[in-house]
Parts: sequence; structure tokens; C-alpha cells
Amino acid sequence: MNALFSFWIAHRVELASLLGQHVLLVAGSTLVAVAIAVPLGIFAARRPRLAAPLTAIANIVQTVPSLAMFGFLLPVPFVGGVGARAALLVLILYGLLPIVRTTIAGLQGIDATIREAGVALGMTPRQLLRLVELPLALPSIVAGVRVAAVVGVGSATIAAAIGAGGLGEYIYRGLSMVDTTVILAGAVPAAVLALAVDGSLLWMERELSARRRSWSRRVVASAAAVVTGIVLVSSGVAARQAGGAIVVGSKNFTEQLVLGELIAQSIEREGLPVQRRLNLGGTLICDRALLTGDIDVYVEYTGTALTAVFHQPVSMDSTGVFSSVRDLYARTGRTLLPPLGFNNTFAILVRGSDARSLRLTTIDDAARESAHWRAGFGYEFVERPDGYTGLAKAYGMRFPQPPHVMDLTLSYRALASGQVDMIAGDATAGLIKGLDLVQLDDNRHYFPPYDAAAVARAETLLRYPQARRALERLSGRVSPDAMRAMNYAADVEHRDVRAIARDFLDR
Amino acid sequence: MSTFSIEFRDVSLTRPNGARALDHFSLGVEAGEVLALVGRSGAGKTTVIKLVNRLLTADAGTVLVEGRDAREWDPIALRRRVGYVLQDIGLFPHMTVADNVAVVPGLERWTAERTDARVRELLDLVGLPPQQFAARWPDELSGGQRQRVGVARALAADPPVLLMDEPFGALDPMTRAELRAEFRRIQQKVRKTVIIVTHDMGEAFALGDRVGVIDAGRLVVCDVPAAVAASTDPRVRQLLDAVIATQREASAER
Repeated sequence: MNALFSFWIAHRVELASLLGQHVLLVAGSTLVAVAIAVPLGIFAARRPRLAAPLTAIANIVQTVPSLAMFGFLLPVPFVGGVGARAALLVLILYGLLPIVRTTIAGLQGIDATIREAGVALGMTPRQLLRLVELPLALPSIVAGVRVAAVVGVGSATIAAAIGAGGLGEYIYRGLSMVDTTVILAGAVPAAVLALAVDGSLLWMERELSARRRSWSRRVVASAAAVVTGIVLVSSGVAARQAGGAIVVGSKNFTEQLVLGELIAQSIEREGLPVQRRLNLGGTLICDRALLTGDIDVYVEYTGTALTAVFHQPVSMDSTGVFSSVRDLYARTGRTLLPPLGFNNTFAILVRGSDARSLRLTTIDDAARESAHWRAGFGYEFVERPDGYTGLAKAYGMRFPQPPHVMDLTLSYRALASGQVDMIAGDATAGLIKGLDLVQLDDNRHYFPPYDAAAVARAETLLRYPQARRALERLSGRVSPDAMRAMNYAADVEHRDVRAIARDFLDR
Repeated sequence: MSTFSIEFRDVSLTRPNGARALDHFSLGVEAGEVLALVGRSGAGKTTVIKLVNRLLTADAGTVLVEGRDAREWDPIALRRRVGYVLQDIGLFPHMTVADNVAVVPGLERWTAERTDARVRELLDLVGLPPQQFAARWPDELSGGQRQRVGVARALAADPPVLLMDEPFGALDPMTRAELRAEFRRIQQKVRKTVIIVTHDMGEAFALGDRVGVIDAGRLVVCDVPAAVAASTDPRVRQLLDAVIATQREASAER
């Protein structure tokens, strides 16, 4: 509990900014969703034949998991990609259904006599809508807005995966550092925000149903307050985000955060303003973001680029892999800089206690034990051509049941706590040392080289030669030991990533 | 040229389900006259009045309102010259009594002072003192009070024609008798052309200058109450017998 409060106090400026981004995402998307869904609901309520298919479509949209939705939108021009724009679009899509549905329900629930009275008194359809139908449907519509906004607070945490910011950033950061305090630092404010949104809109709904004389004034006043709040917050956020000439991205695990911060700070030391979009999900998301120009630079691993990005066959030759990947990148307008200096190959890991008692040193040794073991792998490792299937074939592994698929960072804990017996981690992971895990030797040379190297948009490097200088200065400087030490500092000692990068550059 | 305020000339109308609602129906209502239209449920009474304010349009024949074919009227303008009181009243639950009465003046863009004065005048007319009732909500009123608001709302812009669809149908006998007397008093003052629809022959006799009996979409008879009471037509006798039966029940209860 104390750790949580001291984290908040230490990060209060960042916390306020993330909270602001979160509120902005939810408020902005909900307002746009209202502006689309209410007219849509009105339109559908008058044409009963349309109401059913329309709700069905909105329903289908609603059932698409949000992470998948972000994935679908990545390659879409203008609205897709990474960042707040794509997140807003997804949140708007999610907000439509509840509002359309309650608008239709609210309008259809109006007593036919009341509507007939309005028509018979000589109201035009528009007057009937404004004076009778909308006021009577308003409590129902507000109920839909409430659902949309509360769901939005939850979905917006996932938006951090595509670099839209918000409180989800703490949740993702905490997950990748396996640090409960950091997870809670984002999850608790998000939950409080959801409760506050729910409570205030419920209050509004009740006020409207009580239909006291002053209701319209109150609605106008509260709506004005909400809009003003949004404008203030958005201008604050905009001011913070303005002027980032170079956008640095990273994938969503500790080493990538450290490397992203390392790149960002060394570019800043050349006097260029930098915008950070760290924690961007997996390889695919970073690659797309770099192609579309949503980010300018991130660190990739040569073996990953060869197989996962360019779908080329696996190769063992480290120099050969580097030069073919560099050519492939060059063809798509991107520059691969010289390697940073360490090879982050997949590390087949077992518990230190098992390694000692069973005398395990190579993957071959582990393959013998596989018949009564459980394995746990990250999502990427299960899918990649240089991942699990090939490994099992190369070493003749036979697990009694298919491997547990889990978050990469959680798999270290799962191994240490005995839930699984073998995982595929990163060779440079700080947790290997922290959790007493042992890396087995790839004695059949199954894994290709994964030399870490920055990859940047060629046009950015042309426009900002200082950025190229900064990146080249890092080449060959990050040894395997240095990388492991920095990961250890972040994952095990829970040191601030910015401070770790600063210390490294100061050395 | 017709001298009637409202006239039906050989009007026929088929319901969407194919049933005949009105069958060669002809009838004239003079200005300032109260015509009570009686018939059993489904006889076509409500159809007749909905043709006047164009909530329905005739398939054949002509409906003339103030000498003009209802189809030639702009429906919005027509409805603002024709007051309408529904059985279920249809007061707007999100508006106060005063706001309900002020709806049509609002649509006609009257000034606030004029509307305000008119609302007070009408609430006084229907026996609801404004200082006591203007700020109330519909769900704070009794059924009789609500019906009075309904009448005030229909009369707000001083329309020459008033249509009333079973206006007292949902009320208890005491309140009904009270409101009938009230209606006669109000009509003395305002002298509207009124078509009042009811399934109760007793009510028709009590309110109508003339009584029309409608059955299966046809007008059976239309005359002063005494003449209708003397009719030998079995369809008229049936409705009369129902009144006698109700009165006998009422005296038995006493």
C-alpha cells in the first residue's frame, strides 16, 4: 500500500498526464459516439425494419475483442496506425452500440397516445422529436451513454498497447516488469475513474427521470462543465505532446523499454525533441508503425526481422543475416543501423534447482525430460517460424500436453513458481539472474542470431543527421553484460527506466 | 357551397387489415353544434374524427373542414385549428400543467405574456385555479383533473373545432357526471363546433345537440335526442337498452 502511494507521489506529474489522456480518450470518444449514435438511433427507431439489422451490426462490432480491433486498424490509412487517433476510433465504435440501442428503446418505449397527442396538436415531426420524444427518451439515452463511458474507461487501458497513452501504460509497464505496484498504480485510478463516471451519469439519469422543472438547465450546465473539462485537459495534453520531432517506439517488454529510452535520450542529447511511444505491443505493431511513419525508430533483432517481418527462411550466419535484413529494410525505405552489440537469442530456461539435480546443461538434456514436463511459451514463440514447432522437431521434444501459452514476462514467474518446467525467454532477461533460472546451451544451433539493432525511417535520418549520429554512437556499445545488468536493474531492483538509461549514457 | 363547419360526403375508408372502417358515410356538422357520435367498439367512431384532423385520410369521398377539402389543408395548420381530446388524454408527463396547456401557443410562437394570460384564463375556465395547479405535474392529478387539463390544452389556441374521443370514458360515474355538467357550461361560453365520440347512449343524450348512431361504418340515424330515442331501428334499440340496463344496475347499487 505504502509502495503504491510513494510510486504515485514520485510519478505525480506523469500520473496526472496519463489520467488526463485517459479522461480525454474516454470523453472524446463518448461525445463522438453520442453524436453518431443518437441520430442513428432516431433514424432506426422510425424504421423498425432497419432497427434489427443495425443493432445486429453494432452487436458484432461490440464482440470483437479490443486488442483484435486495434490489430485490424493498424494497416488502415488515416484512421489506423498507432496513437490516440486509432484508439479514439476503436472506442467510438465500442460506444455506438449501447447508445444506439438505448436510443431506440427509449423512443420506442414512448406511449403511442402521447405521440398521437403531439401529432394531433399540430407538431411537425421535428417539433415532436424535440419537444416530446427526445425529452422522454433522454433518461434511457443517458443510461446508454453511461454504459458506453464505463466500458470506454476499461477499453482505454488497452489502448496503451498502441501507444495512445492513458492509465493502461502503467498496467502494461507493470506487467512487463512483473511489478504489482506499477500495475496497481494504473489499475486503481482506472477503477476509480470508472466508478466516478458511472456514479455521475447515474445521478444525471435519475435527475432526468425525476423531471423537475430545472432539469434542462442542469443538463446544460453539467454538459458544459464536462466539455470545458475536456478542453482544458486536452490543451494540457496537447501542450505536452507538441514539438516531438522524432518519435521513438518500442515493443512491450523491459529490454525494449530500456533500449527505447536509451535511444530517446541519446537523440535528446543531440538537441532534438523526442516523443516516446514505448510499449507498443509486439513486432507486428512496431513494424507497421514504422512503415506508416507513426514512429521513426525502434530497436529490432536481426533474426526476428528476417523471419517474422520478412518471412525469410531461418539462417545461422550472423553477418549474413544482418546484411540481408539491412537490404530488405532498405527496399522499404528504412535504414538498419549497425548492431548495438548484443545477441538477444531465445533462451531455453529451466529452474536452477532442476538444472543442478538433473544435471541439465544443454537443450538436448532437457529434451530427455520433456516427456513428463510442462512447457510455457509467449504468444510470439508459439507462432514464429523460428519458434516452438521447429525447436520441438530439432530436439525431438515430446511434451505430454501442448505448451501453455502465456504472456512472455509472466512465464518467468510461472517457471520459478513451478507451474511450468521449461520456458523460452530472452537471453538478456534480468529475471534469469533474479529468479535463479538457468539457460540451456543451444547445442544443435537451432536459434538464428538475434543481434539487436536500431531500425529507422530513412527520410527521418536524412532530415535529421544529428539523429543518425546519436544512433550510430550507440552501435557496438551495449554489451550482453550491460544489457542484462540494465534489465536486472529494471525488473528485479525496480529502478526507473529513465534513470537506468541516463546512468548508462553518462558512463 | 356548404354551410356546414364539418361535412363528410360519401366517405369510405378501408383499414390496413382489409376491414371496412367507413362505408359511404355522409354527415354534416353545423358551426357551434355539438354532435355526439354513438356506436359500439369498432363501429368506426374514432375513424370519423381522425379524418377531420387528418390523422387518417379517406380512400373515397370528401371530408370538408370549414368548407375546404381536408386533403387540401396543410395538415399542421389544420391540426392547429382543430382541438383534440383523447380518451387517454395523452398529457406530456415531462411538462407541468401550465406547459401542457401552452404547447400549441408555443408552436404558434405567441409571446410569453400572451401565452401566460391564456393559460390562466383556460385553467380558470376548466375549473383548475392556476395558482394551485399551473406548476403541478400530470402524475400529481386525479383522472378528472387530468381530463380538464386535456380540454384546456385542446382549446389553447381557440380552435373553431373540437374533437373529443371518449373524453370521459376512463372516469368513475361521479366524476363523469360532474365533467359532463362542466362541459355544457364551457360550451355555453366558447360555442365550438364539437364532435364527441362515445359508446354510451346516455352520455350522447346528455351532451349532444344531435346524436348520430354509427354501426359497421354506416350512419344509421342522426337527429335530435328525442327523435333518436323514439327510433325503432334494432341497432339503435340495442344501444338504448344498454343504457336502461346500466341505470337499473346503478339504482340497484343504491
